[in-house]
Amino acid sequence: MADNIYLPYLVTIEKITQEAPGVKTFRLKFKDEEVARSFEFKAGQFGEYSAFGEGECTFCIASPPTRKGYIECTFREAGKVTTALAGLEEGQTMGFRGPYGNTFPMDEWKGKSLLFIAGGIALPPMRCVIWNALDTRSSYRDINILYGAKSVADLVYKHELKEWEERPDVNLLTTVDPGGETPEWKGQVGFVPAVLEKMNPAAENTIAIVCGPPVMIKFTFPALDKLGFKPENIYTTLENRMKCGVGKCGRCNVGSKYVCKDGPVFSRTQLEALPAEY
Amino acid sequence: MEQKNIPPKNISPKYISKASLKAWLAKVKDDGRHIYAPVTENGKTNFKRVKSVDEISMAHIQTAQSAKGAVFPRTEKLFSYARQQGDVALQDYNPGDIPDTVVFGLHPCDAAAFKALSGIFNWGAQDKPFSERMQRVTLVGVSCSRSDVFCFCTSVGGHPGSAEGSDILLTAIGDDGYLVEIITDRGQALVEKSADLFEAAAGISKEEHLASAPARFSVEEVQRKMAGSFESDIWKKQSARCIGCGACAFVCPACACFDIQENAKGNGTGDRIRCWDSCGFSLFTLHTSGHNPRSVQSQRWRQRLLHKLCYMPDRLSVRGCTGCGRCSRACPVDMNLAEHLKEFERL
Repeated sequence: MADNIYLPYLVTIEKITQEAPGVKTFRLKFKDEEVARSFEFKAGQFGEYSAFGEGECTFCIASPPTRKGYIECTFREAGKVTTALAGLEEGQTMGFRGPYGNTFPMDEWKGKSLLFIAGGIALPPMRCVIWNALDTRSSYRDINILYGAKSVADLVYKHELKEWEERPDVNLLTTVDPGGETPEWKGQVGFVPAVLEKMNPAAENTIAIVCGPPVMIKFTFPALDKLGFKPENIYTTLENRMKCGVGKCGRCNVGSKYVCKDGPVFSRTQLEALPAEY
Repeated sequence: MEQKNIPPKNISPKYISKASLKAWLAKVKDDGRHIYAPVTENGKTNFKRVKSVDEISMAHIQTAQSAKGAVFPRTEKLFSYARQQGDVALQDYNPGDIPDTVVFGLHPCDAAAFKALSGIFNWGAQDKPFSERMQRVTLVGVSCSRSDVFCFCTSVGGHPGSAEGSDILLTAIGDDGYLVEIITDRGQALVEKSADLFEAAAGISKEEHLASAPARFSVEEVQRKMAGSFESDIWKKQSARCIGCGACAFVCPACACFDIQENAKGNGTGDRIRCWDSCGFSLFTLHTSGHNPRSVQSQRWRQRLLHKLCYMPDRLSVRGCTGCGRCSRACPVDMNLAEHLKEFERL
């Protein structure tokens, strides 16, 4: 008989980074050495994270598969489980099930330019892909990143944003919503779709990876249309509510697809074939 | 599981008298198996574990609840945890707790639904709690000799005398006994030890002892029309009075949507459990952010029907409806599934 798919791995919280108000990154290490050695995943996959006593939450793996020995997740304290997780300290134990779901087709993208467009707390799923691409930098042409948040304080991964900004082989543009800027803010002010049009990235031989709140996606797709991006060259990752992560509990079912099994990564072409229940 | 659908070779139907049936079930029970069978209490008939075979009642047309609880209990422990000073110890799910069980007296619609449940729980990753129960369960079905206005098995590929899903199928022959069809090896194993209670059944025609249940619609046509009707107004019209209570899902033999919850017991210990859920509930798909992909009831009604009639056949090659009619009987606002499905035929 197969293993119990609902039994999580135990992981130790090795490091906690406060990214923004209410947003933390956990670096997690598998307690079982054999699991730690053999665990593999690919960019785009997700997991179910346990705060024992409260339940499970679904987040992508925010660290890249190119960095071995640990996984990271970044989450905002919002509900019951994330609040319980946020109350844990370094050295304490939590649970992880995964990796689940499909992956970004990074091999197919080799030789192309990558344009990342992220909003708010949706940078974490993209951070995995960005570092994966940067750790294998020679495989890709230009790497452009457009990242927007409500306010300067809400930008996550501030140290990494600085690092990307300073790298000559990355073009990073950060923006905050009007009113979210501080006197020292040197980035853009404006909503992501508008800043994208100003950024005016070349569509040719370029893959756009878009992740953000539904309203950002809704207005970013038309902006990408205007810039000449074809639907098959636009990717996103869906965040439907999940419980089991393995296509049984029924929550993330959209049309005949299950976001947890057939996704979470979808091209815009695939997305358009689905009913708009995401 | 592995022997589940292998029919034994050349086993001809048998006959068992009512008295011998009781003796047989008593023997099955004395061998240490749990027997789940229809029991009538306070005017309602439901599957219950019986202490004595005398408790079993077969006077009903349909039990209020289906038999799915035998393999998919309403709540079920997935594992236990114990927290201690920042550390955690887990205790895995223990299949040793699951008894060998005989579900007796389920109708063909319920037996057929086990195939739908297996489809959901075992596509891709195998669901251990479900599979461990399936491995230990023997289904002794009873053909329907009566039906009511809510029944529509023959419209969705079933039949009052269908053996699909059953390990043994009984058909009442008059008031005195049953025709016994042994369908699988597992069924044969249950009969073997009491072979002397079974008689030869030459010349009994099963068909004339079955309920009449003419098909009401062509499910292929309904399925075809429904698949192309995502944007149709029909969903709103049909579900305008739906209150989203979820009763339809809880009584459905093929509904398998579940929630995973913590059953905390204090002192840092507890169980992770799963419990029945329904795509008809507004909270089912609600994000923490407040965004809800299926925010109104008509979208949830649409999901329920499309999942059963289109998505499941597409992904799992099995329909999520066996025509038992329970959802229509249980619905507090009288939504009749067979009538609603028929409406698609006319679209």
